Amino acid sequence: MIVVVLLVFGMLQLTPGDPVQAMVGQYPVPAEFREAIERHYHLNDPFLSRLWQYFANLAHGDLGFSFQMQRPVLDLILERAPRTLILAASGFLLGIPIGMAVGVLSATSQNRHVDRFWTTTTLVAYAVPGFWLGQLLVIFFAMQLGWFPTQGMAPLVSRASGIGWLLERARYLVLPAVTYAIYEATRVARLMRANVIETLGQGYIVTARAKGLSRAAVIRRHVLRNSSLPVVTIMGYAFGVAMGGAVLIETVFSWPGVGLLLIEAIRARDNQVVVGVVLFVSFAVILMNLMVDLLYCALDPRIRTGT
Amino acid sequence: MTLGDRPAAKLLEIKNLIVHLRVGERTLRAVDGVDLVIERGECVSIVGESGSGKTTLARAMLRLLPPVELAEFTGEVLFDGQDIRMLPDGLLQKMRRAGTFSMVFQDPLGYLNPTQRVGAQIAEALPPGLSISASRQRTLDLLREVGLRDAELVARRYPHELSGGMRQRALIALALAPSPALLVADEPTTSLDATVQLQVLETLRRLHRQRDMALVVITHDLGLVAELCDRVYVMRAGKVVESADVFTLFESPKHPYTARLIELCTRGAPPVAAAADGEAVS
Repeated sequence: MIVVVLLVFGMLQLTPGDPVQAMVGQYPVPAEFREAIERHYHLNDPFLSRLWQYFANLAHGDLGFSFQMQRPVLDLILERAPRTLILAASGFLLGIPIGMAVGVLSATSQNRHVDRFWTTTTLVAYAVPGFWLGQLLVIFFAMQLGWFPTQGMAPLVSRASGIGWLLERARYLVLPAVTYAIYEATRVARLMRANVIETLGQGYIVTARAKGLSRAAVIRRHVLRNSSLPVVTIMGYAFGVAMGGAVLIETVFSWPGVGLLLIEAIRARDNQVVVGVVLFVSFAVILMNLMVDLLYCALDPRIRTGT
Repeated sequence: MTLGDRPAAKLLEIKNLIVHLRVGERTLRAVDGVDLVIERGECVSIVGESGSGKTTLARAMLRLLPPVELAEFTGEVLFDGQDIRMLPDGLLQKMRRAGTFSMVFQDPLGYLNPTQRVGAQIAEALPPGLSISASRQRTLDLLREVGLRDAELVARRYPHELSGGMRQRALIALALAPSPALLVADEPTTSLDATVQLQVLETLRRLHRQRDMALVVITHDLGLVAELCDRVYVMRAGKVVESADVFTLFESPKHPYTARLIELCTRGAPPVAAAADGEAVS
């Protein structure tokens, strides 16, 4: 994590642009105003002094202050994180089962055309950029059919409460979540297909057939679990990364999550926020990796220690 | 037991079996016109060096060959007079569950599911319709029958937590679960230490007698054959080159290939000691 901070902090020193100018906008900055700002935010202190101050604050749980939004960075991230979490979780919960089903279907189908159809479909869906797919979905389902709102996370004015409030929110979630899910599903499907084909070549599958189990029982009891293990690793890591927000999807749907925050911060040269978001993502990835390891122990008895 | 003096259908009869496998671009003539008979309760060995087609023959007789690799599969595999070669999957599965035939594989680690407990894998092979406690009891009985004294402990373990000999025994218990009339053991002792080999052999011999179960042992080890079996088929390059009872084969081998195999085996044969039958968790 410390390395991550050093890297990002250092990189942002090298980027062009002037934070004070970005704050003021398209107007010339008066000299005394610039000086006051720079003194207030320690912008002209030496690099190492600022870095030291940053770490000292970090130790107190202070991620710094956004001079663009005039709020603490931690507040900003914590406000955005649940929204990103909802979007990513819906995308994963929808995408992973679909991807696994397609992967298994494609790998176990005895008809070569079925396999080829799914492999091609997955590849095409995988290659389509998420933002373009998102826009297509918006044009068709939101603008033409009017089933779902085009962007945002909630209506500007809302009188609904209880279940109605929840359903109203859910309508905003559908399109971004589906876009997200399609991408995750293609990744899982490709991985799952390869894993299932590998598992089917294992000896214990022959044993299972020799027992007189039906094809479906062999797949359900012996193939699924053993083929899912690598998916757990990849998806756990991906979920950690996803906490940084799917930047493109959040931008397309104006979903006010961490990804959109990052974009806004980069545009505004709000460096403290950028470092904060990157730090937050690396923390999420580390946390998810830990959880993946724990889950792995539960799924694969060979990993358990002491045996 | 002499051949041909029984009117009832033979347990297993193979007529002119041809199995050609696809290996990459080439076609491998693994089994090339084999005739073979196995009577009820007898112990038969199929002997040959690696690549002679004996494992393919064993898998073909139980229809365990992967269909994608089959280039040609002709002839007859008559089990109780019924050809299982073209039997629909559903009927074949029913036959397997009802205990007609099962198989013990060479590499017990690869042929047991690494993520399931041994007990659960054996219970899965039991005939359907048993209560949970009955199937648990049957599983433990089977583990004890194959000489695993700490059956409860073994049943709860995962395959990687057992020794090689214990894994092989667990795999034998699994194969015995549907009470098969024919057990095919493919190189059952190859992956084991010399002392454990003898113990597992002893167990197989005992099971064969106690259960009055026909046993087919696939091996390249003629010493093992002399210990265990009544009759021998010698295979080479996908064909049976000689078949005889054990004594005749060892006294006067007809085929030069058999003679060479016997010579190789008697020269380097390990002394056969009385092996203890059974194994405990260490």
